[in-house]
Amino acid sequence: MIAPIKDIVQAERARNTSFNEASARTRLALLLDGGSLVEFIGPEAREVSPHLKTFDLPEQYDDGIIVGHGRLEGAPVFVAAQEGRFMGGAFGEVHGAKLTGLLHAARRIGSIPVLILFDTGGVRLQEANAGELAIAEIMRAMIEARAAGVKVIGLIGGRSGCYGGGGLIAGCCSALAVSEPGRIAVSGPEVIETNRGVEEFDSRDRALVWRTMGGKHRRLLGAADVFADDTVQDFREAALELLELLGPVGTFGLDRLKAEHERLAERLRRFGRCEDAVDIWTAEGVAHAATVPELPADQFIALANRIGRTSRDAR
Amino acid sequence: MEDLSFQHRVRGRAGGTRQNAIVGVVASGNLEVLVERVLPDAECVVDIRTAAMGFGEIWSAVIGDFVERYSPGGLKFSINDGGARPDTVSLRLAQAVRSIAENGQ
Repeated sequence: MIAPIKDIVQAERARNTSFNEASARTRLALLLDGGSLVEFIGPEAREVSPHLKTFDLPEQYDDGIIVGHGRLEGAPVFVAAQEGRFMGGAFGEVHGAKLTGLLHAARRIGSIPVLILFDTGGVRLQEANAGELAIAEIMRAMIEARAAGVKVIGLIGGRSGCYGGGGLIAGCCSALAVSEPGRIAVSGPEVIETNRGVEEFDSRDRALVWRTMGGKHRRLLGAADVFADDTVQDFREAALELLELLGPVGTFGLDRLKAEHERLAERLRRFGRCEDAVDIWTAEGVAHAATVPELPADQFIALANRIGRTSRDAR
Repeated sequence: MEDLSFQHRVRGRAGGTRQNAIVGVVASGNLEVLVERVLPDAECVVDIRTAAMGFGEIWSAVIGDFVERYSPGGLKFSINDGGARPDTVSLRLAQAVRSIAENGQ
């Protein structure tokens, strides 16, 4: 059967659109099957932050996150997408509550997976307490959803990366896909430099930032399961690949969490003394590890697949 | 923050059947425009919340020019502005009219 013209046009647009540069709305429009997104609490509801007025700061009608449901190759999915350009995609009270509510809905239904398009610097400092609480609520809701059999997949390739509380939430997902410009960490480069000094971490050394927090390193370390090239179509295919890879979700519970802790402890034992990401890649058996940052996406994916993947017994 | 509101009588109704649309992002030098089909056919309202104070006259000129050019009858525009330049504002307003003129929900 030949796909309808509109599906071909959609895939073509998705292939020609940089995930990194697209807005959250464009990412969702092109990631999901054409026209399938149904938004919950959309901008017309004007459910804005109750805190920004106090600081005389502009609001955004969706508070920087889109939540809803749609279809991926015909199958239903819940989706959330952060807008990294509005206040750095940071979690505020309403922003966080929308994601918590989505995860509660997913837990109740049980069989529909959740895709989260992270693009965040972490908690919105102007609503610090509410934002920190939101992070805790989201992590709890995610663990409960996963315990109820829901797959939660994080897609990370936005300008703001995935930092602070966003990094913690990403760590709770069933699986992650990341692109080269997508960065995953808790403390960002400038935070580390401020607290530990420039000898510890020079935040202006872009190459250092990228090889320490960037997508390639996260994939090689096993933090991310799939490396995607920076187009919306590649992220769509990565999401489908991860749904397939996760298969029928086994029981997620204490045993799985213990296995994940053991995996992380083993990682620390193996690489804890490494001074730089390049040392870790060398220890993992990557030949000419120093050339990894320059590898084009297809060559890097081939390399990463040779190194292997995180065992599905963990996470 | 400064709130501004402009009301215009317009020649005719905007095209399309969608009830609302949103374009843009609230960021430095950018803005979001939420457009809703909620007014009588000959009316147009533009409500603005802007981070840049004291530019009411320029907003008035930009909105006047936009209404004259696009005849956005029946539409209410709500803008959250992060200090966008007038050309960016014109572009977003045009995008908003175009988005709501598409058929669909």
